[in-house]
Amino acid sequence: MTGPFEGHLRARRDAGRKLLIPYITGGLGENWTEAVEAAVAAGADAVEIGIPFSDPVMDGPTIQEASDRALTAGATPVSVLDEVRQLQVEIPLAVMTYYNLAFKAGLHRFASSLHDAGVSAAILPDMPLEECEPWAEAAGEAGVEMVLLAAPTAPDERLVRICERAQGFVYGVGLLGVTGERAALAASASEIAVRLKQVTDMPVLVGVGVSTPEQAVEVCRHADGVIVGSAIVRQLLDGHGPDGVGDLVRRFREALDG
Amino acid sequence: MVMQEPSPEGRFGEFGGRFVPETLVPACQALEAAFRTAWADDAYRKRLDGLLNDYAGRPSPLTECGRLSEELGLRLLLKREDLNHTGSHKINNVLGQALLAERMGKTRLVAETGAGQHGVATATAAALLGLECVVYMGEVDIERQALNVFKMRLLGADVRAAASGSRTLKDAINEAMRDWVATVETSHYCLGSVMGPHPYPWMVREFHRVIGEEARSQCLQLLGGDPDTVVACVGGGSNAAGIFSGFADTDTALVGVEPAGGAAVGRGVPGVVHGSKSYLMQDEFGQVQEAESISAGLDYPGVGPEHSHLAAIGRARYEAVTDDEVIQAFQLLARTEGIIPALEPAHALAWISRARAELSGQTVLLNLSGRGDKDVPQMMEILS
Repeated sequence: MTGPFEGHLRARRDAGRKLLIPYITGGLGENWTEAVEAAVAAGADAVEIGIPFSDPVMDGPTIQEASDRALTAGATPVSVLDEVRQLQVEIPLAVMTYYNLAFKAGLHRFASSLHDAGVSAAILPDMPLEECEPWAEAAGEAGVEMVLLAAPTAPDERLVRICERAQGFVYGVGLLGVTGERAALAASASEIAVRLKQVTDMPVLVGVGVSTPEQAVEVCRHADGVIVGSAIVRQLLDGHGPDGVGDLVRRFREALDG
Repeated sequence: MVMQEPSPEGRFGEFGGRFVPETLVPACQALEAAFRTAWADDAYRKRLDGLLNDYAGRPSPLTECGRLSEELGLRLLLKREDLNHTGSHKINNVLGQALLAERMGKTRLVAETGAGQHGVATATAAALLGLECVVYMGEVDIERQALNVFKMRLLGADVRAAASGSRTLKDAINEAMRDWVATVETSHYCLGSVMGPHPYPWMVREFHRVIGEEARSQCLQLLGGDPDTVVACVGGGSNAAGIFSGFADTDTALVGVEPAGGAAVGRGVPGVVHGSKSYLMQDEFGQVQEAESISAGLDYPGVGPEHSHLAAIGRARYEAVTDDEVIQAFQLLARTEGIIPALEPAHALAWISRARAELSGQTVLLNLSGRGDKDVPQMMEILS
């Protein structure tokens, strides 16, 4: 059964739109929720909110710094979700965080807390396919869709199995490496999109190393959309605030709609 | 059966598993397959044994303590891993993994290090086999272990500072994993303890099993049987896993000694970080806490998953000692036996010294996992 997050992305994709999901670290600065609203106003199709974790092994320097700043400012999963609950946005929200925060809270309790905050999908980047069963059950009961990552290193048969279990969308990892801005788009970004499109009709979005509107357009020749994290978060780290985020999301939107 | 193969999912009871980013799953699977094949291959085993004997200096001796035994009121035996090439038990695992890396066609070793012992061992194996070597080390540890940093560079390794978080071992592991995510096609992650994703906790324990097997047969020769108690320090827990594995199927009591500031098993709260589920020092929300210990090698908030399992089923017990007790033990062994221990195994001796009444009259085997040369500058400062 297709959940509301996936249903929303499918409907927009099927109408011919390329999908754009910006990532924003929850608790980064006092006005981070305004940055989420600015991203929505500028044309995001969904927003991915990071709940900061002390040891983010899948993240590069930009999101590490954002996580550190948010944690130092006192952000917790509870405080971030409290703020998420008060957001008034017309698009679905996803959360990205690491497995231990869900595990420590209790998988069922954590999944319910996401749902209660209005979050309809979750991404746990250190939870590969083989470890996803307990979370799949907890998230399923709470009505939270389980997004799974698909990496360039996976053989085709593994991509098939990932797409069978993934909900919401399948997150194609654009390169061998952690999150962060790159000067050029890796060839692997288009390759993973092509390989995923061959095995699934669910929305295929590519993230990790998609840093500029031009790179997004290039990936979207094959992918249904992109996730943009570090470039967006950089706007906040550099003090450009919600307006900086809104401007950058708008540039991505215009390029993708071009 | 205790301390045998984990489940197909890499579980020891409820602990272990493979919690890594998708990118690394195929590499972990390939490593597991390569290890299984190699471990059953006589040619590989012969080559590894040859290096362990002729290069690393195995078997390491069993030393009976005279004066210290008398002082403590028990019979104390030391398994002398401090006498191995590179100064600690770490060489056992590193030679095994470096040969595996070569077998898998990898040209580059990535490692994390705390005190620098695993880093030096990895740099040594890389030099021996002509592999490229990158070692991540916390900024704090680079400062307090300058000697090992110099050694690694001398051996041709690229030592990179981990500047995030607590800037110690846990952050060095984060950086090493990030490196591996980006370089997995050419690099092997030479993990230094019985932790991380499956197959590492099992594989690293098997590479250190030689400690326990030698010690058991040495004890049999000396005592005509097994010791009453085996004691080893535990950070991630590799030397303890090695010596415990030789006695897991006996009646010998097994004791792991953690630093008070990094007592993951002592606090008994499970978590998931660095690839496996195990006991983990964390706050109420699951953020990993920073360990604090005089010993860089034990300055880690987690512990290998098999130790969590051994604690949970009651086969081993885990105790914690303070930095002050460790400083006393460090001096005690030097003064009574003429052996300067590393600060890590000084933790094990600190507990034996504290528990001397309980252990009175027993035969106690201590795994002396490393020598103290690297710690001398730090102790000079503390003691002067």
